Amino acid sequence: MAQRIEIVEGILNANDRLAAQNRARLEGARLFSINIMASPGAGKTSLIEQTARSLGSTLRLAVVEGDLATSLDADRAAAAGARAIQINTGGECHLDAVMLQGALDQLDLASLDILLVENVGNLVCPAAFRLGTHKSVLVASVPEGDDKPYKYPASYQGVDALVINKVDLLPYVSFDMERFRRGVAMLNPGLLTFPLSCQTGQGLEAWLEWLVTEARAVRQGI
Amino acid sequence: MHELSVAESILEITLRHAASAGAARVTDLHLVIGDLSSVIDDSLRFYWDLISKGTPAEGANLHFKRIPITVECLDCGTRYEARRGDLRCVRCGGERIRIVAGREFLLEAIEVNGSRPAAQADARG
Repeated sequence: MAQRIEIVEGILNANDRLAAQNRARLEGARLFSINIMASPGAGKTSLIEQTARSLGSTLRLAVVEGDLATSLDADRAAAAGARAIQINTGGECHLDAVMLQGALDQLDLASLDILLVENVGNLVCPAAFRLGTHKSVLVASVPEGDDKPYKYPASYQGVDALVINKVDLLPYVSFDMERFRRGVAMLNPGLLTFPLSCQTGQGLEAWLEWLVTEARAVRQGI
Repeated sequence: MHELSVAESILEITLRHAASAGAARVTDLHLVIGDLSSVIDDSLRFYWDLISKGTPAEGANLHFKRIPITVECLDCGTRYEARRGDLRCVRCGGERIRIVAGREFLLEAIEVNGSRPAAQADARG
């Protein structure tokens, strides 16, 4: 006696539930958190280094580093003055809510002001797995090309802010900023965007100001 | 790719529903997957066969219902299936758009047979 059972359940519901728990913990500790996603080499770690160097003297920062196997990125974040927790994903192409939960267990959340989570370098998979952070940020970079929003729509769609890194290279590479921004606007109209260069420091101020403002709002429970 | 963790999630949902229905075997799974997701059918089948071994869902067939990326133009109201790499309106070329389908990622239904004596009867059975 064969029987069909209707389920209609989201395949990643279990992850989403855990992400909601992570979020509740972060809210409870009034700790502002962001999930930083990008392809390899876009400058996630450089952005974290710059952020830690600039804000480290006034705010308490922690970094959770997702990496396939090494601790190179965590070492860089620690050298820049942040408390760094390393998650080796063992080959998994993304962080998920369980991995972040394990990292949160290792931190004194209430004693921190900003938590930066560096996802695995990958423009496809991390977009599918919520972690529970307050904001998701995508780091694009000029040398990657202006076609990325057209090729990876899911990554550009769900994020709250976009960093365009390496703008100091604009004179040297063929990157049509207008085409890039039009592609982004179709997927995520009005997306908050920070064109900057981690190398020269140009544009970093707006990014830092946003972080500080958001962190303060979470701290004050606004 | 993350087909392994996706397969694990699917197995967990399947076994939970099969158990509550008191089913002995799961023969078929019906998945609904939007084209915005990056899951590859054959890769998912590969992992499914590996991880379902030794469970009541071993060897169950995976059926994929693929949902194309469907877009609505906010300028002229046309609904259309997006071309790869180009979401612009096929009628007016507009760029103010809304994606209305293509993000689905669901286990829609399972087919089961047999019953385990110890299990409670399912209301739908």
